[in-house]
Amino acid sequence: MSTATAQKRGLGAAIWDYLTTVDHKKIAHLYLVAGGLFFLIGGLEAMLIRIQLMKPDNNFISAGLYNEMITMHGTTMIFLAAMPLIFALMNAVVPLQIGARDVAFPFLNSLGFWLFLFGGLMLNVSWFTGGAPDAGWTNYAPLSTSSPGHGVDYYVMGLQISGAGTLIGGINFLVTIVNMRAPGMTYMRMPLFTWSTFVTSTLILFAFPALTVGLFLMMFDRMFGSAFFDVGLGGNVIIWEHLFWIFGHPEVYILILPLFGAFSDIFSNFSKKRLFGYSAMVFATVLIGFLGFMVWAHHMFTVGMGPIANSIFAVATMAIAVPTGIKIFNWLFTMWGGQIKMTAAMLWSIAFIPSFTIGGMTGVMLAAAAADYQYHDTYFVVGHFHYVIVGGVVFGLFAALHYWWPKMFGKVLNEKLGKLAFWPFFIGFHLTFFIQHFLGLMGMPRRYWVFLEGQGLDAGNLISTIGAFLMAIGTVIFLINVVYTSVKEKKVSGDPWNGRTLEWSIPSPPPHYNFVQTPLVRGLDPLWVEKMDGKEGMTPAEPLGDIHMPNASILPFTISLGLFIAGFGFIYQVDDTVWLIAVFAGMGITLGSMLIRSLKDDLGHHIHKEELEEDIKKGVGR
Amino acid sequence: MRGWMGKFRSLLLFGALTLILTGCGIENVSALKPKGYGSELLFDLMMISIAIMIFVFVIVMAIYAFVLFRFREKKGQEDVIPKQTEGNKALEVIWTVIPIILLLVLAIPTVQATFDLADQSSQDDEGTLTIDVTGNQYWWQFTYADQEISTSQELYIPTNERVYLNMKSSDVIHSFWVPAISGKMDTNPGENTNTMYLEAYEEGVYEGFCAELCGPSHSLMYFKVIAVSPDQYDQWVEDMKNVDPEAEPETASAQEGQELFNNNCMSCHAIGGGSAGVGPNLANFGNRSKIAGILEPTKENLKDWIVHPDEIKPGNQMPAELVTEEEADKIADYLLELQHSDVGQDVPVIEASE
Repeated sequence: MSTATAQKRGLGAAIWDYLTTVDHKKIAHLYLVAGGLFFLIGGLEAMLIRIQLMKPDNNFISAGLYNEMITMHGTTMIFLAAMPLIFALMNAVVPLQIGARDVAFPFLNSLGFWLFLFGGLMLNVSWFTGGAPDAGWTNYAPLSTSSPGHGVDYYVMGLQISGAGTLIGGINFLVTIVNMRAPGMTYMRMPLFTWSTFVTSTLILFAFPALTVGLFLMMFDRMFGSAFFDVGLGGNVIIWEHLFWIFGHPEVYILILPLFGAFSDIFSNFSKKRLFGYSAMVFATVLIGFLGFMVWAHHMFTVGMGPIANSIFAVATMAIAVPTGIKIFNWLFTMWGGQIKMTAAMLWSIAFIPSFTIGGMTGVMLAAAAADYQYHDTYFVVGHFHYVIVGGVVFGLFAALHYWWPKMFGKVLNEKLGKLAFWPFFIGFHLTFFIQHFLGLMGMPRRYWVFLEGQGLDAGNLISTIGAFLMAIGTVIFLINVVYTSVKEKKVSGDPWNGRTLEWSIPSPPPHYNFVQTPLVRGLDPLWVEKMDGKEGMTPAEPLGDIHMPNASILPFTISLGLFIAGFGFIYQVDDTVWLIAVFAGMGITLGSMLIRSLKDDLGHHIHKEELEEDIKKGVGR
Repeated sequence: MRGWMGKFRSLLLFGALTLILTGCGIENVSALKPKGYGSELLFDLMMISIAIMIFVFVIVMAIYAFVLFRFREKKGQEDVIPKQTEGNKALEVIWTVIPIILLLVLAIPTVQATFDLADQSSQDDEGTLTIDVTGNQYWWQFTYADQEISTSQELYIPTNERVYLNMKSSDVIHSFWVPAISGKMDTNPGENTNTMYLEAYEEGVYEGFCAELCGPSHSLMYFKVIAVSPDQYDQWVEDMKNVDPEAEPETASAQEGQELFNNNCMSCHAIGGGSAGVGPNLANFGNRSKIAGILEPTKENLKDWIVHPDEIKPGNQMPAELVTEEEADKIADYLLELQHSDVGQDVPVIEASE
C-alpha cells in the first residue's frame, strides 16, 4: 500500500499502514520518529542534570531523583535514541545502496522495531509507577540488585525486550547485505555506509547476547530469588561488570561505525572524489570491529584485575587508535584535491573530525591503565565519551540526516536553518564537555549529585551548563527546520547532491519496490561510473517484469505488545501473584501471534509489469 | 623507571603544558597537583600521553586546515571534476606505522607504571603498615589491625612511607580515591579484596572521594587522608590506643550525653578499640574536620545530623529521630569533647579558593 493511497483513506488508514508495514523505508520513518522522541526525552534529562550541577550544593532535584536522571539519560540515549536513529538510517539507505527491493526479512524488520519501541516505552513507564532505575546505565550489582522499588526491574525487562529487537535488526541486515546485493555489487564495491552496517550487524550479533545473558541473571536475582550477584550466598558481583562490558564496549563501536560509514559517503560526495584508500577504509572498519571485542576490561581497570590483565587490555585498547587514525587520515585525503562543497551535511562532518580526534586522543589517554586510576569514574571519562558519542555519533546523525533527508522525504532540509542549528550546537558541545576533562582531573567524580563549594569546581560546571543550553538551542532549531522544510520547501529530484551511489539513481522518496529493474553495478560509486560514461542512470540487470513484494502484517506489533504486557507481569508478580495473569496473557498473545505466523501461509504479492509501466509513464520508474 | 620519566618530566617542567595543567585545581584535592608517589607517577604518565596526543592533534589539524582552506569549491567551479584518486600505499603505510611507534612509546611506561603500582613486595616487611579499608554506604572505615585501632572518615598515615591498604566493601561497590596522593581502587563486596598503597610526600590533609556510584548519597561520601610525620603518627597511634570509652566527660551536659549515647547509639557505634561496628567508630570524633564527611564541625550541624541524618545524607542507614532535639544537644556536647589526640590538628589545611 503506497503512501498516496493511505492518505486518501484518511488518518486511521495511515496509522494502520504504519502499524503493519514491512517496507524498510516506512520502518525507517518509524525508527526516526521514535528515536527522535527518545532523543528529546534523554536531552531533557541531560538539561535537568546540568541545571542541578550549575552551582555548588544545588538543591534543584533530590539525590535519589538525580540518580534516576543519570541512569535514564544514559540508558535512553544509548539504547533508545542512538541505536534506533542508526537503524533508521540503515533501513532508509542500505537496501537502496546495494540495489535491493527490501531487506532479507521484512517481517523481522518490523518485529525488531516494535520490540525496540515497546521495550523503550516500558523503561519510561517506570517514571510514573514509583521511580525509574537508579543504579546508573551500567547497572552495577549489587547496587542494582539491592535497589529498592521496581526501577531496576523496568531496566531489566525494558532492555531485554528492546535488546531482542536490536539483535533481530542486526541479523536482518547481516543477511540482507550478504544475500541481496544487486548483480555486480561485490563486497569491495559496497559503499562505506553499507560496509559499516555490515560490520556493525556482526558486532550486534556477538555483543547483544552477552547483555541478554547478564539481564537474565539479574532478572532471576531480582524476581525469582537466585543469587548470581549475591556475595552473601556465594555469588560474585564482578561477573555483571564483565558481562555488561563484553556487550558494552562493542556497543560503542556499534554506535560509531555506521556513522563512520556515513561520513565516508558524505566526505566523498561533497568533495566530488571517490573515497581515498577505499580498501584501507574497509580494512580499518573490520579491524575496529574485531578489536572492539578484545578491550572490554579497560572499563574495569580499577576493579582489581591485577597488573597483567590491566596491561594486556591497555595495549589492546591503544591498538584501536591505529585503524581509527587510518580513517581520519583517509578522510582528510579524500577531501585533499577535491571540490569541497560546504553543505549543512558537510559542515557537521567537517566538525566531526577535530571533535572526534579529541575524543580518540582522550581515549588513548584512558587506555593507559595506570593513568586511568586517576581518570576512571571522573568527569574526565564523562568528557571523553561525550566527545566520542556526541562529537562522533550525534554529529554523524545530524550529518547523515541532512544528507539522506531528501532520499527519505523528497525534500532537502533547509540549508540556512541547518547551518544555523549547527553553530550553537557545535559551540555548546565544546563548552559543555571540554572543560569536563579538567573538572575530572581536579577531583570531580562522575555521577555526583552535588559538588561542594570551595573545591575549585564552580566555574567549570557553570560553563558546562551554559554549553548544554546552547546545545539545546541547536536541537530546537533543527526541529524547527524539520517542520519548516516539510511545510515550505519544494520537492526535489532523486539526485539533489550529484550523488555517487545507487540510492541517488532512483526517485525521492523511492517507490515502495525501490528499483523498477534491478541495476547492474559496474564499479565502486556505481552511479558516478555511469555519469562519467555519460549515461542518464543505471543500466538494468534484468528485463522489466513482475516484482514480488512481502505483505503487510500486524503480527510483529502483537508479538511485541504481548511481551510488553508480560513484562509488567514479571515485574509485579514479586509483590502479588495475581500479576502472573499478565504474564500468561502477554505470553499468550506473543506465542499465539507466533503460532499464527507459523501456520498461516503468507506468500506476499506481486506488482505486475503493467503497473510498473504505468509508474514509469508517471515518471516514477526512472 | 623513575629515572627517565623524571628526566622527561623535568624536560617538560618548564613547558607551557605542565605549567598550564598544574595551575588546575585546589592543592591537596587535584590530581594535577601530585603530592604522593602514585599521583606523581601517574601525572608523569599523563604528561607523556598528552604530549604525544598534542603532537598528533597538531598534525591532523594542520592537514585539516590546509585542506579546508585550499580545496573549497569556488564560484564558477561547479562543473569541475577533480581527479578521482584511488589512494596511496606509501601514505597508508606512513599513517599506520607512525601511530604504532607513538603508541609503543606510550605503552612501555604504561605497563611499567601499572606493574609499579601493583607492587606488593614490601607489604610483608617488618614494620610495614597495612590498614584495612572498608567502604560502607556512605562512610569509610579504617582498621589498623596490628595496632587494634579502628577509625572512620579520617585516615591517618605517616609521610614518606609506603602504607598498604587492604580494601573491601560491606555493601555495594565503592571506589577509594585520593587524587593528590594516588589513583583510585574499587572496594568490592565479597571475596574480591584489593590491595593498593599510599605514599604521601608532604604533611597535609588530603581530600578523598568515593568514585563508584553507590546510592543517593554517593556524592557525599567524602573522607580525608591526614598525612603526618612518622613521629607524630606514632604519637597518634599511642593516643588512640589509650582511648577509654568509659572516661567521664567534663561538663554535666556531656556526661548526660554520654549516658544517652551509651543507651541509644552504642548498638551501632563504638568509641575506641579495634572493633568495627555497623556504624562508624567515633573515638576521635571531636578531632574531625567534618561531620559525616561534609558538614562543618559545629554543634548546630551535629545536632541536625543526629536527629535528621536522612535529610543530610539521603538513603543512609542511621535512623532518623532516634533521640529528641534536647537529647541530641547533650550527645553533641559529649561527642565534640572526644578529642583524644592533637596529632594532625596543626597540619596545614589548604583554604580553598577559586
